Amino acid sequence: MQLAIVVNEGPYTHQASDTAYQFTKAALEKGHGITRVFFYHDGVNNGTRLTVPPTDDRNLQKLWSELGEQHKLDLVVCVAAAQRRGILDADEARRHGKDVSNIAPGFRISGLGQLIEAGIQADRLVVFGD
Amino acid sequence: MAKKFLYINRKAPYGTIYALESLEVVLIGAAFEQDVSLAFIDDGVFQLMAGQDTTAAGFKNFSRTYKALGDYEVRKLYVERESLEERGLKLEDLMPITYEDENEDYAEKPSIHVVGRSELASIIAGQDVVLSF
Repeated sequence: MQLAIVVNEGPYTHQASDTAYQFTKAALEKGHGITRVFFYHDGVNNGTRLTVPPTDDRNLQKLWSELGEQHKLDLVVCVAAAQRRGILDADEARRHGKDVSNIAPGFRISGLGQLIEAGIQADRLVVFGD
Repeated sequence: MAKKFLYINRKAPYGTIYALESLEVVLIGAAFEQDVSLAFIDDGVFQLMAGQDTTAAGFKNFSRTYKALGDYEVRKLYVERESLEERGLKLEDLMPITYEDENEDYAEKPSIHVVGRSELASIIAGQDVVLSF
C-alpha cells in the first residue's frame, strides 16, 4: 500500500512527530511505500539541522534525515509554514536576505500543493497531530 | 477521478494557528479540482462566527476568507449541531456563507449545513482523504 504521512506538530513538545516517525519506519519494514512525508504547522521544525538535543535523548531531526536517506523518502516542508517559523533552504535564505539556511539533509521546501497531490496519489493519507 | 477531501476544523480561529493554516490548505487544494467538504466541530464552530474583530488581539482577521470559499468551488460546509448547542450558538450566530449555483441561473445558495453528530460521522466515513486541523 502507498501511504502519505502528514506531520502537524513539532518535535519534543508533542509526541506526534515521534509517532509519525515510528509509523513510517514500521510501514517501510512491512513493505509499504511512502508517497511523501509532508510537514505542516509546527511540524516544519522537524526539518531544521540546527537542533542540539541532549545526547541521552533521541535526535528526531537526525532520525528523519537518516530514514529519508535510507529509503529515498520525499520529506517535504511546507514553504508558507516554514517561512513563518524560520526554516529556510539556501534559495529561500537568499531570496529573503537572511544570512543562513537551516534545512536538514534530505528535506526539501515546497508548496501545499504537494500535500494535496500526496492525498490524491496515495492509497491512504495518515495525519499525525494534536 | 476526483477524490473526496474533507477538512475537519476543530479549533477556535485565533488561539492557535490551526484554523488559518487549514484555510490555506483549502484554498491551495481548490486548484486540484477535487470533491471538497469542510466540517466544523468542537471549538471549530467559532471559526464561522459573525462579527469577528481581532483588533485588540493584533491578529490578522481572516474570517472574510470563509465567505469567499464559494468562489473556490468549496460549497459544502458542515457544522455539527451538538457543537453549536454545547456553546450556546445558533445558525444565526454564524456568518452567512453562500455560493452561486450555475445550474440554477447562479442563484445564491447557503453553503453551511447544520448536521447532527451521527450524520457527520457518516459524512466522514464516506471520504477518501480526511485532513484534521
